[in-house]
Order: sequence, then C-alpha cells, then structure tokens
Amino acid sequence: MRVRKISLWLATLMAGAMALPATSIAADGPHANERYVLISHAPDSDSWWNTIKNSIKQAGEDFGVQVDYRNPPNGDLADMARLLEQSAARNYNGVAFDIADYDVLSKPAMRITAKGIPVVTLNSGTDAESKKLGAILHIGQPEYDAGKAAGERAKAAGVKSFVCVNHYATNVASLQRCKGFGDAVGVDYRGSMIDTGVDPTVVASKVSAYLRSHPDTGAVLALGPNSAEPTIQVLERMGKAGKLYFGTFDLSPAIIEAVKKGELNFAIDQQPYLQGYMSVAAAVIAYEDKTKDPAAIIAKLKANPKFQQRLKTYGLEPIYTADGVRSGPAFVTKDNVSTVEKYAGQYR
Amino acid sequence: MSAITPPMTGSIGKTPAAQADERIRRISPWRALLNRPEFGSIAGTLLIFILFGFFAGDSGMFNLDGVMNWSTVAAYLGIIAVGACVLMIAGEFDLSIGSMIGFAGMMMAVPAMFLGWPMWASMLFAFAGCMALGWLNGYLVVRTRLPSFIVTLAFMFILRGLTLVLSTHFSNSTIVSGVGDKLSADPVVHTLFQGTTLHGLFGWLATIGLIEKLPNGEPVVGGLPKVLLWWLGVAAVAGFILSRTRFGNWIFMVGGDSNAAQNVGVPVRRVKISLFVFTAFCACLFGVLQVADVGSAAADRGLQKEFEAIIAAVIGGALLTGGYGSVLGACFGALIFGVVQIGISYTNFDSDWYRVFLGGMLLLAVLFNHYIRSRATTGK
Repeated sequence: MRVRKISLWLATLMAGAMALPATSIAADGPHANERYVLISHAPDSDSWWNTIKNSIKQAGEDFGVQVDYRNPPNGDLADMARLLEQSAARNYNGVAFDIADYDVLSKPAMRITAKGIPVVTLNSGTDAESKKLGAILHIGQPEYDAGKAAGERAKAAGVKSFVCVNHYATNVASLQRCKGFGDAVGVDYRGSMIDTGVDPTVVASKVSAYLRSHPDTGAVLALGPNSAEPTIQVLERMGKAGKLYFGTFDLSPAIIEAVKKGELNFAIDQQPYLQGYMSVAAAVIAYEDKTKDPAAIIAKLKANPKFQQRLKTYGLEPIYTADGVRSGPAFVTKDNVSTVEKYAGQYR
Repeated sequence: MSAITPPMTGSIGKTPAAQADERIRRISPWRALLNRPEFGSIAGTLLIFILFGFFAGDSGMFNLDGVMNWSTVAAYLGIIAVGACVLMIAGEFDLSIGSMIGFAGMMMAVPAMFLGWPMWASMLFAFAGCMALGWLNGYLVVRTRLPSFIVTLAFMFILRGLTLVLSTHFSNSTIVSGVGDKLSADPVVHTLFQGTTLHGLFGWLATIGLIEKLPNGEPVVGGLPKVLLWWLGVAAVAGFILSRTRFGNWIFMVGGDSNAAQNVGVPVRRVKISLFVFTAFCACLFGVLQVADVGSAAADRGLQKEFEAIIAAVIGGALLTGGYGSVLGACFGALIFGVVQIGISYTNFDSDWYRVFLGGMLLLAVLFNHYIRSRATTGK
C-alpha cells in the first residue's frame, strides 16, 4: 500500500518534469537545429544581466536559432568553468561568454576552441585576453577609451579640471576610466581622484569637502550609481546642480532622473543589449559562413535588416572600429533619455 | 536499533551455517536492501539517469567528455559530502565547510605567492591550518555543549571574512591569480592535485578508436581528473572505517545516543572532535584541488557548499538527528547533485529551474528515507 503511494509520487514527479516548459524559443526555419549558448559569471540574483538574457532571446528569434543562457547559480567562477566544459561536451554550434577571470577560464575555453566551435567573448576582459582565448571577437566597453570619450566631451564644453569620484578604488577598470578622462582633459588623474568607498554618507561628505576646498573644480566624474547618486544630492545641497559639469558611468533610475532634470550632463551606457545580441549573432554568422574574420562577420551583421530594426527601436549605437566592434560608450543625454527610460532594465 | 544497522546487514549473505545461529533473525535479501540507508539514493540515481537519458540522451551528456564533466562536479561535492555525512552520523553539523574551502585556497595561495614559500609547504600549511580550525570547532562544541549549528555558523562568517581580509590585504583584490603556474612547477603538489592522470591509457584508447579525437588529433578527454581518484580514496577510507572498525561503531553510537555511548565507555569527545577535524580535512582537500584546477584562489570560492554537502548526505540517507547513514549513500547523493546541476544544462530547460528541480529531489529523498526508516524500525 505504502509502496504504491511512493510509486505514485515518482510518477507524479516524472510527469511534472516532462511538463516543464522548455524555454528556448521553438525556432523554425532552416537553422532551427542550431543551438548556441551564452555563459555568464553572474549569480541568479544579478539583475544587470536581465538585459542580456532578453537580448539573446531576440537574437535567437531574428536568426531563427535556439539560444540558451547559462550561469553558475551562486556566481562561483569555478562552477562557470564547468559550464564552459559542458558547452564543449554538448557540441554547441557557438559559445559566447564573459571573461570574468582569465586564469580560471583559459583552460576550459581551450576545450571549446579545440573542438572548432566558434567563441565570442563579451563584457569584462580585454581584447588581448579575448585573442589569447582563441575568440573571434570581443564585444565590450574598453574602459580607458570610454573615459577618454567622456573627457573629450567635457573638454569641448570648456572643462579644464575635474574630480573623479571613485567608489571602487581596488578595481583596475575604475582607474582606467579616471585616467582616460584625465588624459582627454589634459590633467593628471592621480591628483584629481578621491577614493570614497561605497557608503553613501561617506561619499557625500568626501565630495562636498573636496568641492569646498577646490572651488574652481570644473567637472565631476562619477564611476557608477554608487558614487553618482550621493554626488547628485551634494550638488543639489550646494546649489551647484545643473551649473557644474557632471557626468557618470552606468545607469540607474536616479541617474536617469538627474539626466532628465539637467543636473547630469551625460551618463555613459555600455549597452549590455548589444553585448548579448551581437555576441550571439557573431557566433551564428561565424558558424554558418565558416569564417573567423571579424570584419566579414560585422559587415554581414550590419547588413541584417532585423538587427538594424532592433537598434532603431531601442535607440542603440554600436561603435564600429577598424578590427571589431564595441558596445560602448554610448552617451545618454537629455535628448535621448526618454527612450532609455522606457526600456531601462529590459533592453537598455 | 538504527545505530547497529550497517554491521548487522553486513552479515547478510553469509553461508547458511552462519545464518543457523539462533541469535540472528532471517531477513529476506529484498528487505535487507530496503533497510540500507543508501537504498534511497541509489534508487534516486537510477531515476535521475532515466530522466536525463530521456531528455538529454542525444545531447552529448553521456559522451566521454560529458561524463567527465558532470562526474568532476560530483567528485568535488562527494569529497565534502563524505565529511559532512560521517559528522552527521555522529550527530553534529559543520556549517563552516563552504567558508573553509575559500579559506583553505587562500591559505595555500597567499604564502606561496606573497611570502615566498615553496608550494608544497603552503599546501601543508593549508591542511594543518584547516585541521587545526576543525579541531577548534569540535573542541568548542564538546566543551560548551552548544549546538554545533551555532558554533560552526560563527566560523562560517569568521572564515569567510578572514578569506576576504587575507586576499584584499595581500593582493588588493578579491582574487589571487597566477597560482596555477607556480603550482605546476612544484612536482609534489602538481602530481598530487593538479590536472588529470592515466594519459597513456586514454591516448591508447583513442588510437584504437574507443575515444573520439579532436580535430588536432588529441583524444577528447586526455585523462582521468585526479579529483575523481581523491573522491574514491576518501570515500573508501571513510566507508571502511565506518562499517568495519570499532571507531566506526563508536561514530554510530555517539550519534544515536551520546549519553548511552559515554556510559558504555565510548570516548564521545574524542570521536566528535576527530570527526570535525576530518570534515575540515575534506573541505581543505576540496579547496586545494580547486585552486590547482582553476589556478587562482578567490574570496567567494565554496559559497553555500556546506548546504550542498549536507543535502548530498541527506539524499544519501543520513538522518539530521544522527546515528544513521552511510558513506556510499552520501556518494550517490553527490552524484545525483552533480548530475542534476550539470545535466539540466544539457536539456532544453531553462537553468532557472535548477533550484526547483533540486528542491524537489531533496523533498522526495527525505520523504523516501522517512518512509524506509519507519518500515525499518517498525516492520518486523
């Protein structure tokens, strides 16, 4: 009697498992059997990657292929290495992943390339690391160049000095952002950077202290929501909001609000949608055309009307370079902030 | 009763002459199998393989490289599951396993990278340090008689914090990179922990066509990961001690009723402390193997592994109250865990469902074990 109950349980579980929805879009058309995967290092709870999840779903629809998203549930990089090995064992048609740590991922990435599977890297990591891993393309935002582009924008507005509000001083990317900005404006960034930490109270008091002791500061550069949001409040309190030239990296609801009010001159968006969409699209083209030439892949992607339509809908601007493509920096200003706000968190 | 189940069932299948002993009740082989703590997890493993054979049979999951992939995950977890299992049989928990993994990696990486120690010395230092911490855990538990849940919870935070402190102090980042190269240069540590072994065998299998080859002529799988051998070794030793030695019987008695065990002369404190040390050893082994594998130590390694180890032990039939369980069961529990964790990526399911699936497995295993236990203890 009890035994029968247990087998009933098992039967229910199996039936339940079979009824589980398969998420990958049931693609049809000539490429419906092709299967691609994007592997990230982010834990389940990381909302930033939601944009990328949405973007690869749309890339799958546009190219008529199936795309999986995989990530280590707890964000453990050692687990991510296992997922890379898994993608090699499964013989995916193409693999995209972010270079969260070169040392950890180089060996498992070798297994994918050894099987001749096209690899595209995205988000964190450098072009050089991407090449060493045998990837065809790296789609991300080079931090130094992004800082420099921001600095050139500020210089055009007549800025001659600045303060870099660094909330994450141990990160190399943060330094590069400040350095790029400083080089463009023509100031040594080391004298213009304050290490604030992430506590909003501390950030606010350090910024206001700096601005009081350096009243002739021409611009403020914040490196993300953690440093930008307290700085917005400080400028409002000091009556400098909208008067002092002020830019930040990355987006958040408060940053978008400040751009709308004109308190922030610009916010730099690294356009995660493009990182997801373009890395999958590049892998698809590389597999179908049997090419490893980045220029040919990008040319074909640019000619794709569905891709162009997505760019128009979401107001995205990829930056094409001589040997590749970058997802950022894109500048969010008063002119385009309404599109960004509409799709924030989903496609922007 | 449950405390002496394994030795008793161990005597099944002897010659009829032995069974004629009037003190031994006859038990049918089927009932004997049902009564074994690992029965639930073996049945669960079969079920899981049938499920994945159905959903992912043609996806490469059961190719050699696929098998190596998920068995590596199972092997890592299996090592700490064995430690957690014997500790649970003795009636205690260790929630600091996950933090110990991160800490062990850091204790190995920091002296070698920043203090100029040779790799083998820092490896020994990591093992010694972890086992000392395991001893401290055990000592605090038996001295204060506080629940091990609380004491090791404290160490979960302390060790995780210390790992972060060490790494930011020495490397100015949460990750210590470059350990891999230094490790391969050290013959002792490299031979013991890094990479794969039996290359000749795998190369030979590839030349006779039993293993597929990559486009460059290398076999798809170049060798057996050493972590698998470590898992088998740790499980075999722990399993032998638990079911075939006096110390093993002490573990069951301490977990079943520590007062009664004390009264009949079992050194309860010594048993418990040595099991805490063994669990710490397993966590350290995990950490060292992982550092050797991925080539870096980081502050977030081993996050939540203590729960995975306990889940594997529970799926494997260990009771949360102690006194019942088996090493073999914990190994099958780890195998289920590894297969589910990686296997879901081979199916077309969204990996968001992984936790749902895992929770379902856990619930099913516990219900199953509960049912088996109630039969085993009441059904005569």
